Amino acid sequence: MSVLIFVDQADGHIKKSSFEILTYGADVAKQLGTTADALLLGATKEDLAALGKYGITKVYHIDNANLNNLDAQVYAQVIADAATQTNANVIVCSHNQTGKAVAARVATKLKAGLVAGACALPDTSNGFVVKKTVFSGKAFANIKIASAIKVISVNPNSHSTVIGDGNATVETLNINVPTPKVKVTAVNKISGDIPLTEADIVVSGGRGLKGPENWGIITDLAKALGAATACSRPVSDADWRPHHEHVGQTGIQVAPNLYIAVGISGAIQHLAGVNRSKVIVVINKDAEAPFFKAADYGIVGDAFEVLPKLTEEIKKLKASA
Amino acid sequence: MKILVCVSKTPDTTAKVAFKDSNTKFDDAGVQWIINPYDEWYSLVRAIELKEKDAAVVIHLVTVGLADAEPVMRKALALGGDEAIRINADSHDSFYIASQIAAIAKEGNYDLIFTGKETIDYNGSSIGGMVAELLDMPYTSLVLKFDLNGNTATVTREIEGGEEVSEVNLPLVVSSQQGMAEPRIPNMRGIMAARSKPLKVVEPIAVDALTSIVSFELPPAKAGVKLVDADNVAELVKLLHEEARVI
Ligand SMILES: Cc1cc2nc3c(=O)[nH]c(=O)nc-3n(C[C@H](O)[C@H](O)[C@H](O)COP(=O)(O)OP(=O)(O)OC[C@H]3O[C@@H](n4cnc5c(N)ncnc54)[C@H](O)[C@@H]3O)c2cc1C
Ligand SMILES: Nc1ncnc2c1ncn2[C@@H]1O[C@H](COP(=O)(O)O)[C@@H](O)[C@H]1O
Repeated sequence: MSVLIFVDQADGHIKKSSFEILTYGADVAKQLGTTADALLLGATKEDLAALGKYGITKVYHIDNANLNNLDAQVYAQVIADAATQTNANVIVCSHNQTGKAVAARVATKLKAGLVAGACALPDTSNGFVVKKTVFSGKAFANIKIASAIKVISVNPNSHSTVIGDGNATVETLNINVPTPKVKVTAVNKISGDIPLTEADIVVSGGRGLKGPENWGIITDLAKALGAATACSRPVSDADWRPHHEHVGQTGIQVAPNLYIAVGISGAIQHLAGVNRSKVIVVINKDAEAPFFKAADYGIVGDAFEVLPKLTEEIKKLKASA
Repeated sequence: MKILVCVSKTPDTTAKVAFKDSNTKFDDAGVQWIINPYDEWYSLVRAIELKEKDAAVVIHLVTVGLADAEPVMRKALALGGDEAIRINADSHDSFYIASQIAAIAKEGNYDLIFTGKETIDYNGSSIGGMVAELLDMPYTSLVLKFDLNGNTATVTREIEGGEEVSEVNLPLVVSSQQGMAEPRIPNMRGIMAARSKPLKVVEPIAVDALTSIVSFELPPAKAGVKLVDADNVAELVKLLHEEARVI
């Protein structure tokens, strides 16, 4: 019995969401009185022994060229085989793009119940119950897993990373890696930007900004804060901003520490994508905008006047820090 | 070329989220049911576009649901499906649902299976991967663009901070999202035609659910907004720094 954490990386670097689930998995292991191991696939630039600092006992590294791109079928096969070989009974991954591709397949292979989008540690006082977000963040469900093996994919930004000391032992496993059927022909990264789902702070603009030519005030504020940028759906529908910035019920769901909404009315479908944010700031010229009801802080005012001032104040704060 | 489009019914996106029976069931009183937006706007419309390019394409729709799922199936037929299958079962366990869909898919020998990125009520993002695993097919998830050239699909999927383009031969399972197609609305001719299109009802196969819902919870209510004067932006920065400690 052990916990196996599938660690996801990009360009050889472990993703922020994966550090979160290392701590999550180690916490689950503590709860179950067992050890937590990590599994990393493909070439890496990381010092894997250092993952001991997150409470990891062993790191299994399978370095095979067939794993350098994600083929869900191949990954699932390898993760499930690793879980079986290491006798893992709880498998943890992130509910990010990679997790959404592989968790369901791994669970099916192992005949394991899956909780996808977990937002808290399991409650093991009566069976094995995991809380997850439902209705696009408008509610939670407590899901009981009946099977012996359990798979949990954890929402990014829902578990804080804890760093201690210690070294993990790094080993490989003897696993047959099938040839991928999915052939990757191009990867287009939006360079320089902070990925929305990984960001601690998000600055988001809506139709109140009137047009794409006005986005400078949003990106300036985002830059000053080290934030990612997002937008409402009509904004991406009108091609003012790229589709991957669209948050909401039918877009990306984010849960940053700080979400700043500028010129967004706060329609229920928009809130569904952002209501898990820890702190919400709303800047809107209409005091009646529904978003204020979901906000922690707000300014009733014209974005074109407020935002440049806000950016200046942030710069002052950063300069004094 | 046979395409299977998985369709689920979800509460209208503006529906009030409330629970009943000691918070164990979604309270659907007065709720309007719609086709899960991903299934309708992206999967189904993209399938219809493929059929418009190639008359040999056949589109089947499948849902796992009770009789109350039939109105949304009729609407999906009105948009352009050829035939619908309803598997007569009610479940929120992804493995159970996926097993039912996989059984139908095996029988129908589909070249392409479309699922949505997720249902907007239970947010599993799981059915596509499970169906693919049960059928031992490749799976491309969170697909933004989908093109076919003979037996080869060119697929653009979302990755963290960007997009990835790949090629894969059919058969294939896809989960679709915004970008794959533009939403359409059914026209009068489609609505008339849908009335006489087949909507088959089949009984589920025996499968044990692996998970169950114990209870639902609503998030704690917000304390209320603290408003800062537009002329005093520095005050907001101070609050975010010292009180909320997020910057
Ligand atoms: C099925 C369905 C799914 C949907 N999914 C999504 C989704 O995922 N995400 C999403 O965002 N939307 C979604 N929508 C759309 C949603 O209902 C709203 O229409 C949308 O969120 C509104 O975008 P907005 O707030 O940018 O625009 P508006 O509603 O037009 O709001 C603009 C706001 O800007 C303010 N404003 C104007 N000028 C200024 C100024 N100078 N300074 C400050 N404020 C100003 C106005 O007071 C107003 O509140 C969905 C709709 C449907 C039907
Ligand atoms: N009951 C169902 N019947 C048919 N298809 C479903 C059902 N539930 C989910 N799906 C499909 O699977 C996709 C992802 O759902 P989920 O994994 O539940 O978030 C949906 O967009 C549908 O295409």
